[in-house]
Amino acid sequence: MQGKTLDLSLLGVVPFLAFALLFMLLPTAYLMLGAFQDAQGAFTLANVAGLFEPAVLEAYAISFKISLASTAIAGVLGFALAWATVLGRLPGWIRPTITTFSGVASNFAGVPLAFAFLATLGRMGLVTLLLRNCCGINIYATGFSILSFFGLTLSYLYFQIPLMLLIITPALDGLKTEWREACACLGGSSLQYWRLIAIPVLAPSLLGALLLLFANAFGAVATAYALTGSSLNIVPILLYAQIRGDVLHNPNLGYAMALGMIVITGLANAGYMLLRSRADRRLR
Amino acid sequence: MSAARPAARPPQGVRASRWGAWLALALGSSYFLLPLLATFEFSLRMQRGVYSFEAYRIVLSDPLFQSTFSYSIVMALLTIVVGALLVVPTAYWVHLRLPRLRPLVEFITLLPLVIPAIVIVYGYLRMYNSSALIPLTGSATATDFLLMCSYVTLSLPYMYRAVDTGLRSIDVRTLTEAAEVLGASRYVILRSVIFPNIRAAILSGAFLTFAVVLGEFTMASLLDRPSFGPYLQLVGANRAYEPSALAVIAFLATWASMGLIQLFGRSAHTRPGPT
Repeated sequence: MQGKTLDLSLLGVVPFLAFALLFMLLPTAYLMLGAFQDAQGAFTLANVAGLFEPAVLEAYAISFKISLASTAIAGVLGFALAWATVLGRLPGWIRPTITTFSGVASNFAGVPLAFAFLATLGRMGLVTLLLRNCCGINIYATGFSILSFFGLTLSYLYFQIPLMLLIITPALDGLKTEWREACACLGGSSLQYWRLIAIPVLAPSLLGALLLLFANAFGAVATAYALTGSSLNIVPILLYAQIRGDVLHNPNLGYAMALGMIVITGLANAGYMLLRSRADRRLR
Repeated sequence: MSAARPAARPPQGVRASRWGAWLALALGSSYFLLPLLATFEFSLRMQRGVYSFEAYRIVLSDPLFQSTFSYSIVMALLTIVVGALLVVPTAYWVHLRLPRLRPLVEFITLLPLVIPAIVIVYGYLRMYNSSALIPLTGSATATDFLLMCSYVTLSLPYMYRAVDTGLRSIDVRTLTEAAEVLGASRYVILRSVIFPNIRAAILSGAFLTFAVVLGEFTMASLLDRPSFGPYLQLVGANRAYEPSALAVIAFLATWASMGLIQLFGRSAHTRPGPT
């Protein structure tokens, strides 16, 4: 380990790189290659073309819709909450409380989250019963179900909103009071300040945060699986079923689905990283 | 929301802004607290007509709960130890000797956020199946090892970021040179100089890892190991009130981990620089 030369000092990162290769890069690469091979191992584009079969395409469409809906709503609400905590002149203890809670809630995805929403808005849930007994509103009679698209989006918001808040808070912190004062001195209104100064400055951070939220929703499995079983046909659930029992009757089509997921989350994350570095430069 | 005035000077604007902030806060907290309240209320409903902790009693005395919960805790602790042993020396070495590799290492540690967990575990199942070169899914112990590696992978973004922040706050080079002058070996430097100095950072990464691993479902379920996440799912599919009790327990565990992060994070900030 007495590496004086460059070659020897590179040895220090070998364990890490080996681990990353064995347990992340190679397994992923294996699937990527498999997506372009047929059962005999010859090159083919049939699997990728198979992604456009109605059943698979529909899964992608529903996944897209849920991810988009939860991202859009969480984007607006998370931003509003972040704005309230950073710039809303609330008592000092509120901000650390909200940040800590967001840390918990953004990690409270998965199976327990599904249980929480079943206990809230399921057929026997607290809110369902309260609405029925106090207000005479039977939400299940209106076609609502927690096991539906709407219900899943609502429960995704539980980890999406805190994530938005956590990502966007530093950007809001970076807004300088001088800008606002300068705008006011020049006779600008509050609306003009937001439209012409704050939003353009925040734009890369905002867009980046939304992309990250989208990727986060797209890859989530456990909440959806625990909430809806396999009744809602979204990509991670279809892939889960495919891994368990080859429901598509074509292993290589499963690889192509994995490839599709990585392409989508990868693009979203690449966009996030690009925009974040741009935002960092602007807020410096 | 943006029509309200965040930092406006006139008192009228301030008032509008504060009302808007309180409103946003009230709506936000009701959305976030209601499900928790409802889960707790639901978990008490097991006996008809009265609130009781019956569901908790049943869950806590379920041998399957005990075995899966302790399995996941052991898994989480192993993940933390192995993750720290992997990340700390690497991050230290990159800081000290290979700053030009930093973007690469950072990028790799962020990959688990890009590649969905389900895709990673799918790759494992194909690459390490029983007929493969390294049949890690061949026996229960080997699969446990594979599951732990998958958790180390999942924890890389949190662990690396925490350790990296910790290393930035101390003067790695000076500390190392001072220790070298005193004749310390690399191992001693890492163990007695670097490690104690970034303990708070490692711990904050560790608690986050703990929270993530404890209820993890996808990896454990597809690798078919008896951990807490799949148990939760199983109970959820077959029982009415017990899942809520379990959700409350899981939430408390997550909350405890985050509380400990805050505690150690704060002590990291107030820690004086290297002396």
